[in-house]
Amino acid sequence: MSHIVLRHRDLPEISNLEVYQKNDGFAAFKQAVSRMKAVEVIDLVKASGLRGRGGAGFPTGVKWSFMDNNNWPHYVVANADESEPGTFKDREIMERNPFQFLEGVAIASYAVGANAAYIYMRGEFWQQAAFLDEKIAEMEKASLLGENLFGTDYALRIYTHLGAGAYICGEETALLESLEGKRGQPRLRPPFPPSYGLYGKPTVVNNVETLTNLPLIITRGADWYKTLGTIDSAGVKVFSLSGRVKNPGNYELPFGRTFRQLIYEQGGGIIDERPIRAIMAAGASSTLIVADDKALDTPMDYASVRTLGADLGSASVIVIDDTVSIDWVIDKTIHFFKHESCGKCTPCREGTYWMQHIVERIRSGSGVQADVDLLYSVAKQMQNKCLCALGEFSTMAVVSGIESFDKDFKKAVGKK
Amino acid sequence: MSLAEKHAAEVKKILAKYPPEQKQSAVMPLLHLVQRKNGHVDRHAMQEIAALVGITETDVAELVGFYTLYHDAPAGKLRLQVCVDLPCALRGADQFLAQLCESLGIEPGGTTADGLITVEPVMCLAACDRAPMFQVQGPDGIAYHENMTVDKTMELIEAKRKEAKK
Repeated sequence: MSHIVLRHRDLPEISNLEVYQKNDGFAAFKQAVSRMKAVEVIDLVKASGLRGRGGAGFPTGVKWSFMDNNNWPHYVVANADESEPGTFKDREIMERNPFQFLEGVAIASYAVGANAAYIYMRGEFWQQAAFLDEKIAEMEKASLLGENLFGTDYALRIYTHLGAGAYICGEETALLESLEGKRGQPRLRPPFPPSYGLYGKPTVVNNVETLTNLPLIITRGADWYKTLGTIDSAGVKVFSLSGRVKNPGNYELPFGRTFRQLIYEQGGGIIDERPIRAIMAAGASSTLIVADDKALDTPMDYASVRTLGADLGSASVIVIDDTVSIDWVIDKTIHFFKHESCGKCTPCREGTYWMQHIVERIRSGSGVQADVDLLYSVAKQMQNKCLCALGEFSTMAVVSGIESFDKDFKKAVGKK
Repeated sequence: MSLAEKHAAEVKKILAKYPPEQKQSAVMPLLHLVQRKNGHVDRHAMQEIAALVGITETDVAELVGFYTLYHDAPAGKLRLQVCVDLPCALRGADQFLAQLCESLGIEPGGTTADGLITVEPVMCLAACDRAPMFQVQGPDGIAYHENMTVDKTMELIEAKRKEAKK
């Protein structure tokens, strides 16, 4: 099957404007602007079943329809902050298939009536931002951006904006704060960005991969898109596969393929043919899934992964084998979240701090069983109390790790 | 010479990206500019940036403290930032960092005697399938180096040393 998002795998020169245009490039944007009303674009995307690919899985067209039409101007912001450990798909899209992504930004902007769109990129994507700036300039030169697009009165400008190293800025309201030149700390919600977003104006924030799906949905139609994937999760997803597999990398698959297919067929199986122990389906934010036959044969779509007590999230599949113990794994995830906690709400700021101290004690060999119980208790007490998802995420591997891999912790505290 | 005079074209280009009444948005790219040109952001630069976008020096200082790519103190000319997060660590990143530091005769966070290289462990850089990896932050911006070994890294550092002597 040919690729839909990772189209550069079939068309290696697709980052060249001429090549992109020869392969239907900007046909969808032109079709939308010159022959469709904004509301028709929104309805088509709603009908396609496209859901946000950044992690939350919220229906894209529905999000767009929430935009407050009594408050102008409107903005579109592409979330290219990609900072979840285990996630590296948006980077490949922007580096290799930039025009399809930019066309997606343009279509979203037309659909919600925005004349300016910002691409918020993590600060480390310095080279990718310079590359996108070149591509945007090429589009301006070819009159694909600017005033009076396709002979209509629609105008659009796209700008890149670099963050500076903060995982929290992937959270959409923290991202908007950061784009306004402030510390990236989440806002109290509601109001949500479609009513109060960038500069207090209605704003749609969509993930890079989500936007990159749009051009083909417009040209080929919602019914075509729904033939891919499952009823609950339409279309294709880019799975970032990492950890103890032979062939880590991005794999574009329709929703509904199993973990076993991804890890053993695409990924070539585990390094040195060792036994697999655990899967994290949504990067460091994941519940640790015990990698038994039931889990390996579970289809990777939003609803099915939930039956395992986990979430598909951004589909960043980290594979863990028997060379590491789970107390080491959660030591890593806790340090990450402790470092990235923005400090705004107390449960997250204090909770990650104490979890780090306790896990360090356990890892040092001077811990006792009461430390494991205390760690579990702190994580449990944080749940449902944090201002944004980051605090919640920091507890997922801790709670599931202690519940499902109790033996590892017993061993860690029995060492002394 | 002031920041706005010294880098007039770049400052103008940055300010043009945002609505005229929303100049504060330019603070992040202006900080990147100073970080890149000076290797760190000192108090004087913070004052200049604050004046350019119409906020206080404290507003700027809190951003320098919050975001990891801005540094308020000088270090090596090149900051070699090794990802040691979970996916990279599952592919040997911790050992890579330890061996690299040993080869350079420094501790993680330390700077080589010639003042060229600072090695820092950092959080995920979205390159999990190409570990061990690091980025180099310096006067030319940020560049990724992936699927690295200690030998390859030492060669890269030697090349940078020669370049610096020119």
